[in-house]
Amino acid sequence: MPCILALLESSRVAWMPPDGALHGPIVDKLMFWNLVALCAAAVIAHLWLIFALLRRRPSSGTVPAAVRWVLIAAFCVMYSWMALTAQRLWAASRYDGPSLTAMHVEVVGEQFQWYFRYPGPDATFGATRPQLVNPAAGNPLGLDPRDPSGADDVVSSTLVLPAGREVDLQLRSLDVIHGFFIPGMRLKENTVPGMLLHLHFTPVDLGTYPILCSQVCGSGHGRMQARLMVVSPADYTAWIAGRERVRAEEEPGQ
Amino acid sequence: MKRVLSRIFTADHRTLGVYYLYLALAAVTVGTILSLMMRVHRVWPNIIIPFVGVVKPEDYLAMVTMHGTLMVFFVLTTAPQSGFANLVLPAQIGARKMAFPRINGAGFWLSVVAFLVLISGAHITGGAAISGWSSYPPLSALPNSGPGQGLGMDLWLISIGIFCIASWLSAVNMLATILGERRAGMTWSRLPMTVWAWLVTSILTLLVFAVLLAAVILLFSDRHFGSSFFIPMGDMIDGRVVGRGDGSPLLWLHLFWFFGHPEVYIAVLPGMGLATSLFANFTRRRVPGYRVMAGMLVAIGLLGLVVWGHHMFVSGMNPYAGTAFALTTMAIAVPSTIEVIGWLCMLWGGGLNLRTPMLFALGFLSFFIAGGLTGPLLAQPALDAYLHNTFFVVAHFHLVMAMAGIFSVFAGIYYWFPLITGRMMNETLGKLHFWISLIAAYGTFLPMHFAGLAGEPRHYDRLTGPAIGFPSLIPVERGITYSGALLAAAQLIFLWNVFASARRGRIADENPWQAATLEWANGTAPKRVERGPYDYDLPSGGGGFHPQWECPAQQE
Amino acid sequence: MPATFTRHQQVDIERKDTGIGGKPPLIHRPTGGGGDGENWENHSEGNHGPRELLIRYRLGVFFALAGDLMFFIALVSAFFVRQSTGHFDVHNNYITDWRALPIPHILWFNTAVLLLSGLTIEMARRQLFHEIDVMEEWLGLGRPAVKRAAPWLAATLALGLTFLAGQWIAWLQLVHEGYHFLSIDPSSHFFYLITGIHGLHLILGIFALVAALIGLFALKKVEFRQIAVDCVAWYWHAMSFFWVFLFVLLVFFQ
Repeated sequence: MPCILALLESSRVAWMPPDGALHGPIVDKLMFWNLVALCAAAVIAHLWLIFALLRRRPSSGTVPAAVRWVLIAAFCVMYSWMALTAQRLWAASRYDGPSLTAMHVEVVGEQFQWYFRYPGPDATFGATRPQLVNPAAGNPLGLDPRDPSGADDVVSSTLVLPAGREVDLQLRSLDVIHGFFIPGMRLKENTVPGMLLHLHFTPVDLGTYPILCSQVCGSGHGRMQARLMVVSPADYTAWIAGRERVRAEEEPGQ
Repeated sequence: MKRVLSRIFTADHRTLGVYYLYLALAAVTVGTILSLMMRVHRVWPNIIIPFVGVVKPEDYLAMVTMHGTLMVFFVLTTAPQSGFANLVLPAQIGARKMAFPRINGAGFWLSVVAFLVLISGAHITGGAAISGWSSYPPLSALPNSGPGQGLGMDLWLISIGIFCIASWLSAVNMLATILGERRAGMTWSRLPMTVWAWLVTSILTLLVFAVLLAAVILLFSDRHFGSSFFIPMGDMIDGRVVGRGDGSPLLWLHLFWFFGHPEVYIAVLPGMGLATSLFANFTRRRVPGYRVMAGMLVAIGLLGLVVWGHHMFVSGMNPYAGTAFALTTMAIAVPSTIEVIGWLCMLWGGGLNLRTPMLFALGFLSFFIAGGLTGPLLAQPALDAYLHNTFFVVAHFHLVMAMAGIFSVFAGIYYWFPLITGRMMNETLGKLHFWISLIAAYGTFLPMHFAGLAGEPRHYDRLTGPAIGFPSLIPVERGITYSGALLAAAQLIFLWNVFASARRGRIADENPWQAATLEWANGTAPKRVERGPYDYDLPSGGGGFHPQWECPAQQE
Repeated sequence: MPATFTRHQQVDIERKDTGIGGKPPLIHRPTGGGGDGENWENHSEGNHGPRELLIRYRLGVFFALAGDLMFFIALVSAFFVRQSTGHFDVHNNYITDWRALPIPHILWFNTAVLLLSGLTIEMARRQLFHEIDVMEEWLGLGRPAVKRAAPWLAATLALGLTFLAGQWIAWLQLVHEGYHFLSIDPSSHFFYLITGIHGLHLILGIFALVAALIGLFALKKVEFRQIAVDCVAWYWHAMSFFWVFLFVLLVFFQ
């Protein structure tokens, strides 16, 4: 019995990539049981169909109305179960903002590149202006040099996160709608120009996960990919310190 | 000369119906060739495709866009609705002609113009639009956001604008016909289920294409007149800041999907009506719960107007709105389930007469179940957040909309072919066509669920990218391509069957399917309709039936 | 391959002319004689009486206008959405680029003109449906309805042209004040778009009015004249209604 329970607990769809987020196992479990229920319904309906096909001699017997209503009620129950369970999950992940201890990272999509900005020790993102965007000059996000809080901002093309700490992503786009999609974290949200959207989650398992663009954004859409590296907190501290040092050397005047 | 012109610009609804089917045939041929090119390119990225060469990423996206637009607008909107309705709707309600034959004709020729404008996009410099059939701005609003987004996108918008007006004209004609031209005694409860379906799709067409037209005009104004309905402040393309006002890209998504989701029902509801008719005919049974079945068609259509947000769960829409749309979407599964259970109960007694139209109607039902059941899964925002814009969604709508829709079109063509040509289509070839198509369609679209679960996004022109590769999917993708090629090849059997049967097919009997609806009355319609459309299964037994054109006095 | 196949050549039954000499083209069923218009229900194929013909065209106009209404509703919802959108500036203030457009005062005059034209066209429409007049003409005693309807239609035409001229003046005034269509104001975009598209509808309506006026004299059958004026009248009423709806939006909801 505990063995079966454990099996039920760890049920997931084998085709899905391994997930490394705190909320991942619940999503996977729900996905699995949804697929089981729907496959069962499809198989039963097709068995019914095949039975009717093979029944060469017509029978005058009809399906009693009671059976029909029971079937309909059963499906209604199934749909209600789906709506309620998924709804709870959706509310838990999207209705509320991140906890106060969450770290903040800004995700910026532009044709056809993802950028990740860390606020630095002051925990404040510097102001940006689209007029200043100039990737060739090392300022792909248009950081405004007049804003002091931007001086310690670190911009990276890889998303590096410490394991076990909640992250609040602020999603932006500079040009067109992109889709920020980390299959390994079961996360997806569009980045919409003119809007600042939030997405929060907690990476758990160390490793490297691909980041994709899931909303067609132009000719380079299929190449618009990046990597998420979930590292131990110590490694993260070392990495961000290294980036801060480079950043300070870049702009000695500030 | 005048006779030729009057034959071409005819106002005869049956001729127009056949013309619509030809238009759909032209569109589906182009669309299928495009999809085969995409499939081949995905599996063998470096292969040289005739007339295209090596497919560049923008070519691939242009193909996706053209494929989607052609199939949705010019195949699944025209054939099941305008094509079949023109062919048989006046006869089915006992009218001699449509309410507005000339408006009807104008609707058809505007659709042709829209089709020509759309495919001309492929022949211009820069190529066709690349932003997908949903054309999200700012990608679609800014001419220099990519190749094909200049003149190609303009042509796309003009084509869709013209198509909106064309659909609007034919919907007005259809509604006025159904409401005003019914023969005496043709009450609501005596309408064939197909007429119910066309009634609902015409209402949907009238309401949603108007919204799409408004959206297209706003987008066109953004592109050419410097307005900013959809372009946000500070938006940047090509290193230049172009956004001048606080436009909202989400506004387009709302307007587009308000159209886009009912569009799915416009494509599939006629098939549901036709399947009901065919199940009744080929099982020789009445439709159990006619009122419920008709009511559920209407319910699906009306609920379809309030579910558009399920395309936008992860688009930046308010999460509370996501919940609301999830609930309405889940609600629409209920009438659909009632329909399916109704059909299954009709079939339960067995003794099916497995002629080709019936087989295709059963195929429709199978796809409707298989594709429809993933709908409630995708209606859950928490799960859709993973599956959105992956191949799982592609599999879902290709099964429930494309395959179910196209199988209902096949069922209609096999069924009404005697009305068009006076001959029967070849049964052996028809059955061959059915079984190969069924197996190949499942072979093509079922594995896409696995690709989607593995996280493979849509609109990617190849499987490997800088950060991700799907090596385990390569055999699956190969299988999909082979299966898709088989599916396309099977349609050659169908084409051969159509053109050969039109010349040499067996001459059809007066009422070859022993159907009870009025399109088979052959000029013997009564003054007043006294019967329901599905008076099969007489108490006396023996497969007798009362056609709708029979007067009660005659049989007593 | 023939486009469509007909097994039996359809015999076109010589149908009795339903206009003059047939049944009188009255809206209301004749109630005298054999019961409640029993023979009206017994037309053989479809509906061919004058009353049904009128209803057919009315249905067409109503459905077309329902689609049109949806079109305007889409524009209006876009108006409200666009009004509420904005962005955060560098100081994190939410600002919007919407500034209310000064509505030219002539629009009030135009609205009054359009409402008046609704009255005149309704008068014209009613003239054609006076039972006594219709019966008089049916009996070959002249065309009293035409004589009485024509001035009302001409008045509508004049008022309609006045409205359009007034709209044009309103545009000129706005341009004079610096609100071009090509300026960056969203409210002026909406103003020009809404008034422009509504004006386009009215230009169509003017053409229809001219056609109805010509038809009033050229059409031989009473019921066709009725249909022409009736359909134009309903279209015109809808345009007045749409205008009031849009005008209220432009004046009070900016």
